[in-house]
Amino acid sequence: MKTTLITVAGLLFGTAALSDGHTPVLTVYAPDYFGSEWGPGPSIEAAFEERCKCDLQYQTGDLLPRLLLEGERTQADVAIGFNSDITKRARDSEMFAPHGLDLSPLTLPIDWNDDTFLPFNYGHTAFIYDNTKLDGFDSFEALLDAPDDVRVVIQDPRSSISGLALVLWVQAVYGDEAEAAWLRLAPKIVTVTQGWSESYGLFTDGEADVVLSYTTSPAYHIIAEEDLTKSAAIFEEGHYFMVELAAKLATTDQPKLADEFMAFILTEDFQTMIPTTNWSFPAALPMDQWPEGFQDLPMPETVLFYTENEAAALRDVAIEAWRSALSQ
Amino acid sequence: MAQRTFTIITALVVAGLVIGPVTAVLWHGGGITVLSAADLSALQFTVWQAFWSSLISVTLAVPVARAFARRSFWGRSALVSIMGAPFILPVIVAILGLLSVFGGNGFVNVFLEPLGIPKLDIYGAHGVILAHVFFNLPLAIRLILQGWLSIPSERFRVAASLNAPIFKLLEWPMLCRIMPSAFAVIFVICIGSFAVALTLGGGPKATTIELAIYQAFKFDFDLSKAASLAVVQLCLGLGVGLVALLLARGDMLGVGFDRVVQRWDGSLLLDTSWIGLATLFLLTPLVAIFVAGLSGLTDLPISIWGAALRSLLISLGAVILTMLLALPLVTKAGEVASLLGLSVSGLVLGTGMFLIIQPYVRPSSVALPVTMLVNVLMALPFVLRILRPNMEAAKNDFGRLGQSLGLQRWPLWRIVYLPRLRRPMGFAAGLTGALAMGDLGVITLFSRPGEGTLPMAMYQLMGAYKMEAAYGAALLLVGLSLGLFWAFDKGGRAHAVV
Repeated sequence: MKTTLITVAGLLFGTAALSDGHTPVLTVYAPDYFGSEWGPGPSIEAAFEERCKCDLQYQTGDLLPRLLLEGERTQADVAIGFNSDITKRARDSEMFAPHGLDLSPLTLPIDWNDDTFLPFNYGHTAFIYDNTKLDGFDSFEALLDAPDDVRVVIQDPRSSISGLALVLWVQAVYGDEAEAAWLRLAPKIVTVTQGWSESYGLFTDGEADVVLSYTTSPAYHIIAEEDLTKSAAIFEEGHYFMVELAAKLATTDQPKLADEFMAFILTEDFQTMIPTTNWSFPAALPMDQWPEGFQDLPMPETVLFYTENEAAALRDVAIEAWRSALSQ
Repeated sequence: MAQRTFTIITALVVAGLVIGPVTAVLWHGGGITVLSAADLSALQFTVWQAFWSSLISVTLAVPVARAFARRSFWGRSALVSIMGAPFILPVIVAILGLLSVFGGNGFVNVFLEPLGIPKLDIYGAHGVILAHVFFNLPLAIRLILQGWLSIPSERFRVAASLNAPIFKLLEWPMLCRIMPSAFAVIFVICIGSFAVALTLGGGPKATTIELAIYQAFKFDFDLSKAASLAVVQLCLGLGVGLVALLLARGDMLGVGFDRVVQRWDGSLLLDTSWIGLATLFLLTPLVAIFVAGLSGLTDLPISIWGAALRSLLISLGAVILTMLLALPLVTKAGEVASLLGLSVSGLVLGTGMFLIIQPYVRPSSVALPVTMLVNVLMALPFVLRILRPNMEAAKNDFGRLGQSLGLQRWPLWRIVYLPRLRRPMGFAAGLTGALAMGDLGVITLFSRPGEGTLPMAMYQLMGAYKMEAAYGAALLLVGLSLGLFWAFDKGGRAHAVV
């Protein structure tokens, strides 16, 4: 009976709650996808615990809102999974401390010298299509010129980070003409979804021919499913760059462990786990060490990116161009 | 007297559980924000779609419920149970199910195309209403069917022997009593719609208040705005609840011998068509979900069972707590108070509870109980809507008799009220359990890995590109929800003739 109870308790509350009190605990806040057993969290946890002789515990949920709600009370030592388009709000909160790391191991396609937010993976927004049904598009213009019966599904920039990246992408390519570009795309947009999952589900169900996702999405199909039919359309105008970041909390009660974890992010051990668990490009790993399916992915020649200040300033304009064009 | 005090205390607790968190968010955000033009147009769309969605759901439910009330056939009770499924589907599953029927490459278009009929385009305001009717028609059917079953069979016999117009004398007064409140509950559900409205609406034209709350919270971290919008939702919910109370007139039809109604009227062809059409509309997307999920079942990881068990426990806990709160609240005022909990955004409720508890405990260590509590608040309005007509009938018909026989409070409940509430309680408990099971809810705000619920696991699988397994998890979820619903509903009907 007792063992049954313990088994049930274990099933219910996981192992995270069963800490012995002697081992130091590093609390890492992360988005839900990151900490789930299908995300990069578990293998990173195992690898780090081996090094640090500590207990890494994730707390998952909406990263920034939760940290801002908790303020100085937060138990977090490190937060991982920020997106560069919203880090301004995070930085303004003054809750984070400089990482103090040498950034030369980074292999990002852009220069990065932020002393607080440390990149751990990246990707680009891209439209994914089934290459047995469509020929693809070599430019944004080609997509806008495509016949109206090509069905495109995108995410809402007001509720999804990839949707926000898309409107910034259009803004970067078309500038003041963004609304006109949206008007040309509008007849092809079958619908707009709250998040990435709904969109991708509609695409794999055949409800849409083209879906807004990432340049790395085909890698999942190639590596995990041996399915070569999904391709990312590479546009000559360039692709919007998306990077995920980690930062150390200024209020951490485990500063040494937190620093150790931040340094761990740039190591080969950490970086080699990213591609096939996070399905994105590692931020500090030379391309020849990427898994095979990743090395062969077509990469955009031009990378478009707004700094957090530019993104914050342009966000409302870019969303309004989208909203106004798609409401007509 | 004591009974009344108990009711007032419970009503205050329920109202406090809603108003407290909203106030906490408002306070933390620094007060009320004036709504922008975009918010006002979102408000307009929200009210517009909620009005039409609930009106159409309730209107269509009348002929279907009447057909069910008049006909008895093999499998009728199973059909009534299964038809309730759309109401308890997780949003994302329902969307994909609906689109596999009505979408660009859905059954309907595949069927229409060879006939040369132009393609059906589901995306737009009509899509939003269609989806909301799909979700809420089952609830409307059950609520109205209950009304029909509450008319004593003696009345029908008398009417038959006098050759009197049944509809005018018996059914219309019942509908006048039931329909406004059914409309109110569905209206309040539709106020909170977000992902369904956006996806089926085809884009930003279909922006609801709930989306604005989500944006204010997740991207702008503008708590003041999120809370202000939640106050608007509260006012809408309260307003429609009060209007429904004013409109819901019509006398109770008095007491009978609880015999099965045997009907002779109505056209068999008409009733069969209504039942057939409703079944087709509500069950085809379910079949699609079933087919899509079947192959994914084998891809499910072992951890899914832990998630399923946690969801089951949350759901059972929610059933018990909801019933305990509901029994003292079965009054007019209680029903209106309960609408508060359903009308407010779960995101704001969860955030408010987070703010209130965080000085005392680590929110993630109470993620499951808080999720359960929010589920209770959301389920109460349905439960009261189901229980109140029955409770009032029992009080009207037998209350005085019981008192004249000297039955005290508890024996009065045990001998008179509870047996008469058994069937509606079973149905209400089933609905609560199933809803709590399928709700993604506030657990996404704060949790620890390895402690997620089944809907959460389903979203995680989707987020990791594992669509097949996610559909398998969805099928498991629907199966468990329906099983729970069926078990309670059946339990409520045990020993009953109908």
